[in-house]
Amino acid sequence: MNSPTQSAGQDTRDADSPALAARRAEVHAALAQILPADALLTGRERTQPYECDGLTAFRALPMIVVLPTDEEQLAATLRTCHRLRVPVVARGAGTGLSGGALPHRWGVTVSLAKFNKILSLDPLSCTAVVQCGVRNLAISEAAAPHGLYYAPDPSSQIACTIGGNVAENSGGVHCLKYGLTLHNVLRVRGLTAAGEPVEFGSEALDVPGLDLLAVVIGSEGMLAVTTEVTVKLVPRPELARCMLASFATVEAAGAAVANVIAQGIIPAGLELMDRRMTEVAENFVHAGYDLSAAAILLCESDGAPAEVEEEIAAMRRVLTESGATRIEVSRDEAQRLKFWSGRKNAFPASGGISPDYMCMDSTIPRRKLAEMLLAIEVMETKYGLRCVNVFHAGDGNLHPLILFDANDPDQFRRCELFGAEILEASLRVGGTVTGEHGVGVEKLNSMCVQFSPAERDRFLAVKRAFDPEELLNPGKVIPTLQRCAEYGKMHVHRGMMPFPDLPRF
Amino acid sequence: MPGVPAAVAQLMDRMRAARAHRAPLQIVGGGTKGFYGEAPRGEPLPLRELTGITSYEPSELVVTVRAGTSLAELESALASKGQCLPFEPPRFAAGGTVGGMVASGLAGPSRLAAGALRDYVLGLTLLDGRGELLTFGGQVMKNVAGYDVSRLIAGSWGVLGVVCEVSLKVMGAPPDTATLEYEWDEARALGEMARWRALPVPLQASAWCESRLRIRLAGSRAAVLEARARLGGTAMDREAAFTFWESVRDQRHEFFAPAADELERGTALWRLSVPPTAKPFSLRGRQFIEWGGAQRWWRTAAPAAEVRAAAAGAGGHATLVRAADKSAGAFAPLSGELMRIHRALKTAFDPERILNPGRLYADL
Repeated sequence: MNSPTQSAGQDTRDADSPALAARRAEVHAALAQILPADALLTGRERTQPYECDGLTAFRALPMIVVLPTDEEQLAATLRTCHRLRVPVVARGAGTGLSGGALPHRWGVTVSLAKFNKILSLDPLSCTAVVQCGVRNLAISEAAAPHGLYYAPDPSSQIACTIGGNVAENSGGVHCLKYGLTLHNVLRVRGLTAAGEPVEFGSEALDVPGLDLLAVVIGSEGMLAVTTEVTVKLVPRPELARCMLASFATVEAAGAAVANVIAQGIIPAGLELMDRRMTEVAENFVHAGYDLSAAAILLCESDGAPAEVEEEIAAMRRVLTESGATRIEVSRDEAQRLKFWSGRKNAFPASGGISPDYMCMDSTIPRRKLAEMLLAIEVMETKYGLRCVNVFHAGDGNLHPLILFDANDPDQFRRCELFGAEILEASLRVGGTVTGEHGVGVEKLNSMCVQFSPAERDRFLAVKRAFDPEELLNPGKVIPTLQRCAEYGKMHVHRGMMPFPDLPRF
Repeated sequence: MPGVPAAVAQLMDRMRAARAHRAPLQIVGGGTKGFYGEAPRGEPLPLRELTGITSYEPSELVVTVRAGTSLAELESALASKGQCLPFEPPRFAAGGTVGGMVASGLAGPSRLAAGALRDYVLGLTLLDGRGELLTFGGQVMKNVAGYDVSRLIAGSWGVLGVVCEVSLKVMGAPPDTATLEYEWDEARALGEMARWRALPVPLQASAWCESRLRIRLAGSRAAVLEARARLGGTAMDREAAFTFWESVRDQRHEFFAPAADELERGTALWRLSVPPTAKPFSLRGRQFIEWGGAQRWWRTAAPAAEVRAAAAGAGGHATLVRAADKSAGAFAPLSGELMRIHRALKTAFDPERILNPGRLYADL
C-alpha cells in the first residue's frame, strides 16, 4: 500500500449513477438467462460481503456477484461477460493481502466458493485433484490417512483456497525446504476470459511447448480463471522438532541465519522475530519466548528421527558459534506447536496492540537482514510510527508490520510513506517488492520502481496473450505507463517530506 | 547503453541488423543440443563472449552467471563450495553452456525428487526479439512481483529471446548417497516405485532397463542408512554407481545412442513424459524408465502416431528426440487454445520471428 488509490477507497459510499444502474440491468438480464436466480446477487446488502479481500483499506462494491456451481455455469458467465465486455474478478476465500480480489465497480465478481470438492486423491502417484475453492488445509487433512500432506502452508491455510494459492504463488513457513505453490502444483485447469477451457501443466512432469503453468501460477487472476488444480502430495515427515534461539543483537541473529544456510543445512522452517514482535506474540499466546533477546530465531528440522537428531545437533552447533545466548529445543509435538503458535499469531497479536497495521512483504538477500532491520528502526523515528518485524528469514522474506491508526489521516499518510521506503530500500539491496502477498492494487506504484517501461510493456503483452480484451481482473498487478508517470512526480515530492535530512542507507 | 557489457552490446547490434533485414538467427551456446527439437535455422548468434560468473554467494544459495559460461565451469565453481545444481542438467557432450541449459529446460535423473530446471530459476536478463534488454525475477527465493516471465523463458528453446544472464538457486550437495539394485521386471519395478513414493525416504533417482532397477538414495548419512535398511536390494559399488548415473544423465549410456544405420532403418529415440503411475506400454522395441515411471525412453520403429497416441492415452506426451526423419514433429502438437497463446507470446517478444524460428514449432 504505497499510495492512496482514491478510486478504490471511496466507491462503496457513492450512490449508483444512472449509467451504472443501466449497465447493471443490462448485464443482469443477460446473466439471468443462463444462470439460476440464486446464483446472481445484486444490491448493496448482498454484495457488500464481497467489497474487499484481506486488504480492507481498499473497498469497492461489485456491480453484480455471480456464484456458479459448476464449470458450465462459469463458462457461460465468462462468455456472456466477454460478449458484453464486462470485467470479471474471480474470488476464492478473500484472504489475499494485496487487494487482488478487490471488485471492479463496473464488473462482475465471480465467487468460486461452491467449487469446493476434492475430486480425487491418489496415494500411488501422490497427487490430488481438487476444485479451486478447496481450502489449503483441507487437502492435507484428506491426505493425512495416507501419511501424505500438501506442503505449502501460508498462515491463512485454514481459510485460504487452493485457487487463491495458485493466483498468488503462496508460500508459507516451510517453503525454503518444500517450495512454493509453483513447486507443488502439477496442473491447473481453468477457463480463459472468453470462457474457453484450457489446461496448463499436466500430471506428467512436463508438457510440450512453453511452460505456461509457470506464468499462470502467481498471475493474480489476470490470465485465466482457475477451476481445478492437481497438487503434489509429499510424505509427512516422521518427526519434526523446533529450536528457539535467542540473540543479543539483530546483527547476530541475521548472521546466524546466513551461517546455518552456509553449512548446507536447509531447515524445514527458519523464522526471525525482533524483540517487539516477540513481546507482542508472547503476550498474546504465551509461547515461552525469551523476552530479554533482541531477536529470536525459530529453526525447525524434520525427517526420520535419526536425521532430525543429526540436523538439530548441527544447527545447535552453528547457532552457538553464531552467539546464541539461549537455545531451547522442543521436547514433544505439543511444545513444538506452542513454539510456533506465537509466530503463526504474529498478525492477530499485532492487531491487538494497534488499531491498524500495514503488513509489508518484500524479499531481500538473507545477508542484508540485519542491515534492513536497522534501517527500519531509523524509519520508525523518521515517520513517528512503530514497526514490529517478523521474517521468513530462511528465504529473506520480510513482514514488517507498521502500526498506525487509520482514523488519523496523517498517520495513514506517514504509514504509506514508511511502507514505500521499506520497499525501495529492499530494491536497493537487490530484493523485490513482494515475496508472497502479490501486487494486487497495493503495490502497483512499486512496480513502477522495480520494472522498466519495456518490462512492464511485456507484462501487459503477456496479459493480452491470454486475455486480449483485458477483462480478467483489469487494473491489477501491472501499472499503466500513465500511472507510473504520476508516481514519478510523487517521488520528487517525497524530497519535501518530514525529516528529509535523516540519513538513508 | 551505459552499464551494458560489451558482449551484450554486440548482441544488440546483431539483433538490430537481423531485424532490419528480417534475417533469422539461431542462438548458439556450446552447440551440444542441436539434435534435440526441430532443426536450428538462421545465421548463428554465438554467445561465446558472454561469459563469467557475475556473483556467487554460497550462503544465499544463489549464483548469477552469464549465458555463454560453460556448464562445466559453473558446476566446478559450485562443487568447490560443496554445492550443486540439484536437477542434474544433461550435458550430452563437453562444451555445453548455461544459456543452453536454461533454454532447453532439461533435467537429469534426479528430476522427480529435485524438481525441474525452472524450479531453480530465480531471475534472468533477456534480450528479446524487439532488441530490448529486460530483467525478470531477481536473486531472491520468493518473488511475486509481476508475472513469472523468467520461468516462462526456461525451456522456451530461444524462441522468445536470448538469455544473457541467469540467477539460479543452488543447493548443498547431499552428504551421502547410495545406489541399490534389484532384478525386477517392468511391472514389479513400477509397482515398487509407486509404493516407495509415499514413504519418507530420500529416493533421488531411479533407472530401469532390461529387468534391472537401480535407485539412488541421497541425503543425510542417517537418512540414507535408514532407507537402505528399509528398501533392501543390493548395494552397488560407489564408483560404478557414479559412472552409471553420469551415463544416464548425459545420455552416454548405450541405450540412448542408436547406431546411424539403425536410425536409417526407421528406429527412433522417443521420450515419453507420462504420469508415473501410467501402465506399461506395449510398443515394440527397447525401453529405459526414469523418474519413478514419469519418463520412459523408447527405442522403437513404431509409427509416430502410435507412440504419440500411447503417451496421450496415458495423460502425457511424446518427444521425438533422435530420428533420421522428424517430419512428424519433434514435439507433440498443442491444442488450439494453447497454440493461440503461444503465437501471441511469440508476437509479444519477437514480432518479426527472428529468434530460433521453428525450433519449437513450425509457426513459432
